[in-house]
Amino acid sequence: MFAVEAQAESQGVRAGMELAAAWALAPRLQLRERNSSAERAALEGIAAWLCRFTPAVSLEPPHGMLAEVRGSLRRFGGLRSLVAQIREGIAALGFSARLSAAPSARGAWWLTFGQTQALLEDFSTLRGALERLPIETVCATDEARMLLSRIGIGTVDALLELPRAGVARRLGPELLADLDRALGTAPEPRRFFVPPEHFAAVLELPAEVEHAAGLLFATRRLLLQLEGVLSARQSGIRRFLVVLEHRRLSSSRIEVGLASPGREAERLLGLLRERLSGYTLAAPVEAVRVEADGFVPLAGDTQSLFGGGRTDAETWHRLVERLQARLGEHAVTGLDLNADYRPERAWRPCPPDAAQAARKGVAFGPRPLWLVEPPRALAERNGIPQHDGPLAMLAGPERIESGWWDGAEVRRDYFIARATDAALLWIYRTPGGDWYLHGIFA
Amino acid sequence: MLDRHLPSNGWPSGALTEILTAVEGGGELQLMLPALASLSAAGRRIVWLAPPHLPFAPALAAAGIELRNVAVVRTPRRREVLWVAEQMLRARACHALLLWCRDVRYAELRRLAVAADASHALVALFRPQQTAQAPSPAALRLELRPTADGLELRILKCRGPRSEGPLRLRVDRPVHALDRSSPATSRSRDPVAWLCPA
Repeated sequence: MFAVEAQAESQGVRAGMELAAAWALAPRLQLRERNSSAERAALEGIAAWLCRFTPAVSLEPPHGMLAEVRGSLRRFGGLRSLVAQIREGIAALGFSARLSAAPSARGAWWLTFGQTQALLEDFSTLRGALERLPIETVCATDEARMLLSRIGIGTVDALLELPRAGVARRLGPELLADLDRALGTAPEPRRFFVPPEHFAAVLELPAEVEHAAGLLFATRRLLLQLEGVLSARQSGIRRFLVVLEHRRLSSSRIEVGLASPGREAERLLGLLRERLSGYTLAAPVEAVRVEADGFVPLAGDTQSLFGGGRTDAETWHRLVERLQARLGEHAVTGLDLNADYRPERAWRPCPPDAAQAARKGVAFGPRPLWLVEPPRALAERNGIPQHDGPLAMLAGPERIESGWWDGAEVRRDYFIARATDAALLWIYRTPGGDWYLHGIFA
Repeated sequence: MLDRHLPSNGWPSGALTEILTAVEGGGELQLMLPALASLSAAGRRIVWLAPPHLPFAPALAAAGIELRNVAVVRTPRRREVLWVAEQMLRARACHALLLWCRDVRYAELRRLAVAADASHALVALFRPQQTAQAPSPAALRLELRPTADGLELRILKCRGPRSEGPLRLRVDRPVHALDRSSPATSRSRDPVAWLCPA
């Protein structure tokens, strides 16, 4: 038995028990086999998230990690505040953790096995805290532990009082070296975890989710991990993919775009929320996967940079991005001129705020404020086009003849016409004599 | 010209204006062009929300509107129109918001009016004239009806003193522009498209 849930624990089952003993205590015990690759992925996911606090994170498999935080203390409001933020964040990721801090990496790691949370900032208190640890904590092998218990050594302070030469001879030099590293008398070089330049993480849902809104909570955990990876790499993304896995159907893919590169989990979640607002699930969802690649450099922590306040342009970009997430990418556009005589091509959509100067337009006669696209066919009676009654021609024709070179040739005579209700319309006649409504002088 | 008749001496900003039109194509947008042109020239953003047709860029540019400051938001769903309007106003993302929505419930109008009051934007809601009888929380309500040479405008509701009876306004209509341009100059400027008065 490696880990035991609360209910099994109440029946006497403990981690470290043989399987047979556990069955005897709790006959209805449900077993789950350890999945070491999933454990590794979870560990790396947390490490990636932890990178938001410091770039120096190292793994202590199968279920531990170390982070060098001295350089981050001031930025995150001191050790206690930093630890509280880490604890809260790990809980948000769906895990629980024992945390301790010490001026040496090995010291901090060993202190996590102690009875109470120890947060030590200098060496003066470290030795005392380490001395109180049970001997099992520091022994790498069962052999060493048994040897020490045979000679009556139960705590670290008793071990430290033994002659070094004897300990080295009987237990090997490694134990002493570890003790020296823990006490800070010997350096301990560590390999730091480098998150990859792409992101893919999956979360199995505890129960199938049937409504899109129910996915946000789970996805938030993945987006927090993604944010950690991105801050560790000083990067941002322009889009990310959320894959919903169903039991029988093939998975659904939801792509979410950002107007400008970003990494904050809350921003990504906000965009996903808009995308999901009108979304109907194809089938209940068993697992959520978040994928992102195409990292682009994005410096610093934007929040602290702008002190929470945003520029107008940034507010607008964020708003456009949210509207596009909810209404579709083409729902928000700018308008620009296009040098073409054909009215339907005299303009073109462009990204909001990206319209070029007015120079590119071509000069022509009066144009209506509304363009009716596609043109609406008008009936004709006694040679007069009709629109809720006969139309009176006020001006025209303006001949527009263009486009023979690109296969969308037009040849039209445009008129300004007044309807019986006094509305002014822009209509045209084709060479074949058909009438169309193409604009409204609103 | 209209400014003199509006109690706020122009289109009110930070308030909801309702424009009720009997006819599409009566100059209802023409009326707002001077205000929109000066806003956009000052770098202020103008948002067209759920317009019934395509705002025609060449006509906007010809009216002096800086296209860089124009954005169009399209959505067929009524609920989304009101949602977008609220987001726009709350984020103070534009200085003029023109929106079209046929069926709006009073409670929704009320929300929109509150959001407009809290913003600095000129908010113009265009609705059919048939809704004139329904109560409205708008700060300014105008009813427009085209005439042979301009517009007849009736102020249904406003804050402050109100002029009595309908106003007759001559708005700049395309036919007037035609009177000014001679076919000869049009043709020389533009060999492919030309124009002459009927």
